Amino acid sequence: MKDQRLVYLDRVSKVYGTAAHPVYAMREVTLDVQPGEFFSLLGSSGSGKTTTLRLIGGFELPEAGHVYLGGKDVTQLPAYRRDVHTVFQSYALFPHMTVVENIAYPLKLAKEPQSAIAERVQETLKMFRIPDLGDRRPAQLSGGQQQRVALARALINRPKVLLLDEPLSALDAKIREEVRQELRALQQETNLTFIYVTHDQEEAMALSDRIAVMHNGQVKQVGTPREIYNHPADLFVAQFVGKANFLQGAIADLSDTTATLQTQGASFTVHRQPNAAIPLQKGTDATLMIRPERLQLNPDTALPNRLSGQLTHLTYIGQLLEATIETPLGTLRVTQLGHTALQPGEVELGWNPDDCQIVDYSATR
Amino acid sequence: MSESLPAPSATVQTSIPTESGMVPQPRSARPSWLLAGWATLVFGFLYLPIAVLVMMSFNDSRILALPIRGLTFDWYITALQDEPLRDSLWNSLKVAGIATVLATVFGLLAAFAIYRYRFPGRSAFRIALNLPILLPGIVTGVAMLAFFSDLGFGLSLGTVILGHVVFGIPVALGPLLTRLGQFPRSLEEAAYDLGAKPAQVFLDVVFPYIRSAVIAAALLAFTLSFDEVVVTIFLTGRDNTLPMEIWGRLRTSITPEIAAIATVVLLTSTVLVLLSQRISARDSA
Repeated sequence: MKDQRLVYLDRVSKVYGTAAHPVYAMREVTLDVQPGEFFSLLGSSGSGKTTTLRLIGGFELPEAGHVYLGGKDVTQLPAYRRDVHTVFQSYALFPHMTVVENIAYPLKLAKEPQSAIAERVQETLKMFRIPDLGDRRPAQLSGGQQQRVALARALINRPKVLLLDEPLSALDAKIREEVRQELRALQQETNLTFIYVTHDQEEAMALSDRIAVMHNGQVKQVGTPREIYNHPADLFVAQFVGKANFLQGAIADLSDTTATLQTQGASFTVHRQPNAAIPLQKGTDATLMIRPERLQLNPDTALPNRLSGQLTHLTYIGQLLEATIETPLGTLRVTQLGHTALQPGEVELGWNPDDCQIVDYSATR
Repeated sequence: MSESLPAPSATVQTSIPTESGMVPQPRSARPSWLLAGWATLVFGFLYLPIAVLVMMSFNDSRILALPIRGLTFDWYITALQDEPLRDSLWNSLKVAGIATVLATVFGLLAAFAIYRYRFPGRSAFRIALNLPILLPGIVTGVAMLAFFSDLGFGLSLGTVILGHVVFGIPVALGPLLTRLGQFPRSLEEAAYDLGAKPAQVFLDVVFPYIRSAVIAAALLAFTLSFDEVVVTIFLTGRDNTLPMEIWGRLRTSITPEIAAIATVVLLTSTVLVLLSQRISARDSA
């Protein structure tokens, strides 16, 4: 059963602090990563994403749960006996070694013959386009170069899994995007499994096959970037990833495929998600989410969901135009393409049942 | 000679009579020749006696007195031919050598324990290690003498070495702990991550990082042991160390060959201390 899971975390908990005041860095985290996958752990600081990475790397012992690598329980195995390498946030290049010595270090530890090491190192230097830097020390390299060396060192003996701890955060914004594309290309070329920690949702979206959104030591949702963005599992994910509009109401009607949300003076139809974790119930309170770009302004055709309001504010940000609209149900944000002609004043909003979703619901009220 | 120089600037600033009372003056308000003159006086007071001793070791005269009658290296030759003096120099080198190795190794182990682990009594442990340099040497000397005689140890160069190790550990601990404190933990984790076992991590990553501090610590411990007198008085047996031999002879008279051997010791100590300063400055930059 575990064959397809290269990395599998089974209800892992990590606790810091004292017995009287425990601080959960991870709370029953269950995750699986497939071979060849680019998997991201996305969350703000303190969400437990880095702890999760360190646990897979072998730098932390969990208080509960198990970590499996290639089907083998490695929970108690130290870092040096795991076929997993890490690219640290600070790169952690050995300052007293040259670039060549740094890159050759894992091969030297694996007791490869000298000639084979030299050859592999030269190949790797070329592959990472740093062939002239071999004799330099880390202190003589730029941030981008250090990052390449760190990647080269971690990849040279092709580990089963590469862990990356916010590797782009120390780089200038300009080269960050460039390195991001290289990283994705590298992963696809080598077909290795990458687990990538970031707090930057755009980065996670652009790079990942799948993303795990973490919050307060818990995994809130695992899915492809599209799934996470279009069908957030709950209110937190909807708010954390991208921008969103929320409408409060109560579920007035339910069918197999749709739900009707009743608010003050209006009702909206929603397509039910077949995979939604929320068991909808008639009569309970619920929150409807609509992404700003899914709202249509003054639609040509009559759409099932309609709301009128006052356009009060426009923000022009080049390719996009952001409109703020005051409605009886609250302030909504609408994103349009930048060239759209818009004026403040009375507007009509419309959207399809497919373009919105119920993200939060409480059965208690 | 192992003690570091007092900061002359502090002495200068507090000692200059200020006309304007407590109001601090900008630096440029004082003529620089006054500062230079004062600094010369302070340094003269500190180092003139040593300079005189060095001069006397080259003076062609049996008595240590001015004026200089002529330049000679005879006293150095006499000193080297003086068998008790030579033996004591050899003893001092042995004692300092062994004590340095032991003090550096134990200092490194202790520094590692303090740096790496959080254990109950950690700060007490640290203070206890530093006690031998905080307490007067005479206290340590008497205490160790009483301890060794209770245990039935005969006094010898061996007991002297033990005494010097007790001193050397805190001396070595200082630079080691400072350097270890700068060691980024991620380097160690990176080595483990790439497949290094604990011993390899230490040899390949941790030790190269602290190597300069180890050398600096060893040089400091060596200089301290080499010219130590107070504790040695209590712990030495029949064999004398060089400072003890010199001290013994001083009771009768200061001879030029003592000045010569003292000059050699001065030179060696200075070179060692400068070397240790330089090595630790180079790597922590």
